[in-house]
Amino acid sequence: MNSIWFDIIYFAGVLLFIVGLQRLGHPASARRGNLMAAAGMGISILASIFYPMEGSHGNYLWIFAGMGIGAVIGWLAAKRVQMTAMPQLVSLFNGLGGACAVVISLVQLIGAEQGATPMSQAELGTILLTLLVGSVAFTGSLIAWAKLDGRLKDNALVPPFPTIFNMALLLISLGLVIFMAVQGEVSMMWMGILLAISLVYGVTFVSPIGGADMPVVISLLNSFTGLTAALAGLIYSNQVMLMGGILVGSSGTILTVLMCQAMNRSLWNVIVGSFGASGGSGGGAASDGEQVAKELSKTDAAILLAYSSSVVIVPGYGLAVAQAQRACRDLDNELTARGVDVSYAIHPVAGRMPGHMNVLLAEVDVPYEKLMDLEQANNALPNTDVVIVVGANDVVNPSARTDTSSPIYGMPILNVDEAGKVLVMKRSMRPGYAGVQNPLFFHKKTHMLFGDAKKTLQELLEATKVGV
Amino acid sequence: MEAFVHFLQDNLLMIYSVTFAVFLGFELISKVPTVIHTPLMSGANAISGVVIIGAILLIRQTPSDDYAMLAFGFLGVILGMTNVVGGFAVTDRMLEMFKKKK
Repeated sequence: MNSIWFDIIYFAGVLLFIVGLQRLGHPASARRGNLMAAAGMGISILASIFYPMEGSHGNYLWIFAGMGIGAVIGWLAAKRVQMTAMPQLVSLFNGLGGACAVVISLVQLIGAEQGATPMSQAELGTILLTLLVGSVAFTGSLIAWAKLDGRLKDNALVPPFPTIFNMALLLISLGLVIFMAVQGEVSMMWMGILLAISLVYGVTFVSPIGGADMPVVISLLNSFTGLTAALAGLIYSNQVMLMGGILVGSSGTILTVLMCQAMNRSLWNVIVGSFGASGGSGGGAASDGEQVAKELSKTDAAILLAYSSSVVIVPGYGLAVAQAQRACRDLDNELTARGVDVSYAIHPVAGRMPGHMNVLLAEVDVPYEKLMDLEQANNALPNTDVVIVVGANDVVNPSARTDTSSPIYGMPILNVDEAGKVLVMKRSMRPGYAGVQNPLFFHKKTHMLFGDAKKTLQELLEATKVGV
Repeated sequence: MEAFVHFLQDNLLMIYSVTFAVFLGFELISKVPTVIHTPLMSGANAISGVVIIGAILLIRQTPSDDYAMLAFGFLGVILGMTNVVGGFAVTDRMLEMFKKKK
């Protein structure tokens, strides 16, 4: 068959990517958008298998076997993962895409070294760049996954003088790419060195970044993988890879910037700021000497809630960890039945990813209208009787507003201290993910409810049902 | 310099389309609500799995008796396919929950 038909399929694939991405941007049409993009991917992959190609050796068994295995692994992982662990999984998938690009570029380079495929300097440079960016996306995503999954401590694997160290690695690896491309031939030794440095760079690029910045890093690494796909598309002169990769690269970049804006920081500041590491040693505002947090019994808390007229719930990562979304919804139902006006305040970076909390609350059928974004919530909070903070910390930390020495200074927060009373559910007095002390816990309006968020919520529900 | 000029001349159309695609990507994402950031990132991640096509073309180009290279390509296809299928499936799972509450 004439190859033009396959090119038309490729074109349709790219169109489906574009329309799919656009639909993905609106909650109402997002699911269809995802399916459209998946369909675009499906037809593009099929077209690439049967595209008329000179000197094709077939090897279809290898292709279909690999696709079958990958499809099963991906499907099972996606279906079995807990809702709370989804950010890690996305990061892990992203790393696999990067690894795929690394494998492709290595094979191309080995082929070039053996003289099997002669290539120009531009082609060689493209392949080397694919190797570089793909490696960084690969190991970087693995580190991000390990950190989010709690397998790696925030300060692990950090090189001395991380900013200088990473800058040096970046310059050396770019230098190697240029050097080899100008030479126009591949030596296994230099290729090995470039691969090693790139892999290490991925690790040391992500390892100093911690705390609330992890979502930003995943998004950035995602756009890196898009870039590698585009570069690999140049190697094969394949339009779907090129366009799909560029789209992900640019939309990923803008998404990264949007996330940074939500935290009122620049991308540069996130990358070199070493946010989590610097605040870890008790920085921030623990200055007023001995501060005592007040505890409140579940019964007293239940009475407080039942007799208030408006309650705002602020969910955070603790809610996700404790799988407390259903218990939260149950308490909401009980209070609503008693005529209390219950709503939810969602900080843009609550949880480990933007939108993380929305997904969890949607899982237990919390109506859309009950969710307030940062601005709406901050308008409503001064007129709110009681705020329940469920496992959130940094996003309600008033020192972001007041304490210029705090590492999170300047980040927009939910001003829960403007409400009448604040109930904070927390496992312990340990500082939050950003490693910063939170003066809210010692505020005169604040009462602490220590313990697992799910258990505490259930006990509150019981106390509300029987005690009041 | 001459090589650079040649490169520009040979690839002018591609340079146009790449530039447009970059701006298209910016425009598509620049006005999305925060609610949708996580699924969007996940969906975009699945699209970046398009790199699997490279691995497929690689296998097709490799002589059928070059088992080392075939094994590499095979690995690439597995990695890429896991990213694609897993990425779209996990995005769908996230979005399923958005739909339910309607």
